[in-house]
Amino acid sequence: MQDSSNIASYTQNHSLDNKEIERYGRQLITPDIGVQGQMLLKAAKVLIVGAGGLGCPVALYLAAAGVGMLGIVDYDTVEIGNLHRQIGHRESSTGVPKCESLAAQIKELNSLVETKTFNTVFTSDTAIDIIKQFDIVVDASDNVATRYLVSDACVLTKKPLVSGSALKWEGQVTVYNYNNGPCYRCLFPVPPPAETVTRCSDGGVLGPIVGVIGSLQALETIKIINNNPQNGVLSGRLMIYDGLAAVFRTVRIRSKQASCQVCGDNPTITQLIDYTQFCRSNYSESAGKVEDRVEKEKILTVDQYNDILKSSTKHILLDVRPKNQFEICSLPNSFNIPIEDIDKEDSIEKINVWVKDDQLPVYLLCRRGNKSQDAVESICKKIDSKFHSQLKHIKDGLLGWAESIDPSFPIY
Amino acid sequence: MKVTVELSGGLELLFDKKKTHTLEFADKDEIPLRDLILYMRDNLLKERAELFVVDNTVRPGILVLINDADWELYDGIEYIVKNGDTIIFISTLHGG
Ligand SMILES: [Zn+2]
Repeated sequence: MQDSSNIASYTQNHSLDNKEIERYGRQLITPDIGVQGQMLLKAAKVLIVGAGGLGCPVALYLAAAGVGMLGIVDYDTVEIGNLHRQIGHRESSTGVPKCESLAAQIKELNSLVETKTFNTVFTSDTAIDIIKQFDIVVDASDNVATRYLVSDACVLTKKPLVSGSALKWEGQVTVYNYNNGPCYRCLFPVPPPAETVTRCSDGGVLGPIVGVIGSLQALETIKIINNNPQNGVLSGRLMIYDGLAAVFRTVRIRSKQASCQVCGDNPTITQLIDYTQFCRSNYSESAGKVEDRVEKEKILTVDQYNDILKSSTKHILLDVRPKNQFEICSLPNSFNIPIEDIDKEDSIEKINVWVKDDQLPVYLLCRRGNKSQDAVESICKKIDSKFHSQLKHIKDGLLGWAESIDPSFPIY
Repeated sequence: MKVTVELSGGLELLFDKKKTHTLEFADKDEIPLRDLILYMRDNLLKERAELFVVDNTVRPGILVLINDADWELYDGIEYIVKNGDTIIFISTLHGG
């Protein structure tokens, strides 16, 4: 039996103990990682903005790989509807803050990893102080305002940003603000018009899609930490994944722009701004309250509609959600014409029969009472103005119905 | 001349849900990218032109790629599209 002072000499030039060597063995022997790479991972501090579909795989893979410190920012709590894609949470965590739930899973996976949780909205007031505590930032957020905020904050604090996004069957991933490469603003100097932004809660998203994109983000983070000159970090390039077509494509994007407002030669943004105003949207995926855009006379509340039903007043209920949503659940006796078809000739023909020939009121319905307002406006443009008063939209939509009238209506 | 146009990130929904369109201009052997974009707006777009074109260029939030490279690496909207080019329009995604 040797004495323990000799055992220390088995390992030199690094401080990984036997347990770490055993745990990370497959990773240690991977070309271009090695002991030095593992030491770098152990010393690294990575901030993950968002503990959702992207943030979960990023956090789990980085924790498993032995990143020393993981920070997680998220203000939201776990809901059952998150679990099909947010694989770092569990049924038992329903109602728990997402950052706490994910940190608990990290601890179970690898107790050597330290976590720091920030159960707060990431805003212009908090971003810099949080980011300063880390070396690398991962954008795993779900909204435009946060993406501009994170990118600007990374430029101002000189941190590389590993950015991923996903919707439906598609995902995109790239690295910003790395080695003199472009930032988010170099690529997108002007935010997209709010009406062109589709949220996952409206468009849907698949678990394996965010899984793929989040895994790619974790890998790029490991490459940046590993800092090997041979690493082809995904900067100045954008990887696009179309899961439905099973196609990956990597395209070359512009370099850092001299004219960029935040990272260019003469930056005009030298401190964080109000990104909700800049993007005309919230730091949140949820759409929030829908504002009334149509005239008062064209609005029907769910209570008023319920009274109409009770009094058996004849009417047409026209649901304008996409067909696949209508198939999930619908009110009895409702017709479905998806909003994108509403102003097509045969739809208008049908509506004209209802309002003109049958002289019936037509009530427009959707999930939240947003698109139903668009529907009223589109139809009004296509039918005679003397029938306009027969059109109304149902405010708050089916979610309002479920909340105020019948909680047994399925929510998705 | 023949040009391949590809749409991604949901833009295909505006173009009959087709991700790839092959366009033929029998009387031309080149076409300015600006004209191609306006041609697409006027001939291929099924609805809501403002979701694709604003102020005679693509709206903010769309990346345009010429043969797999950002149009900013070429002449942007002034690029002259040639026979066989592939022009890709990508709407950036924000979800996660
Ligand atoms: Zn920039």
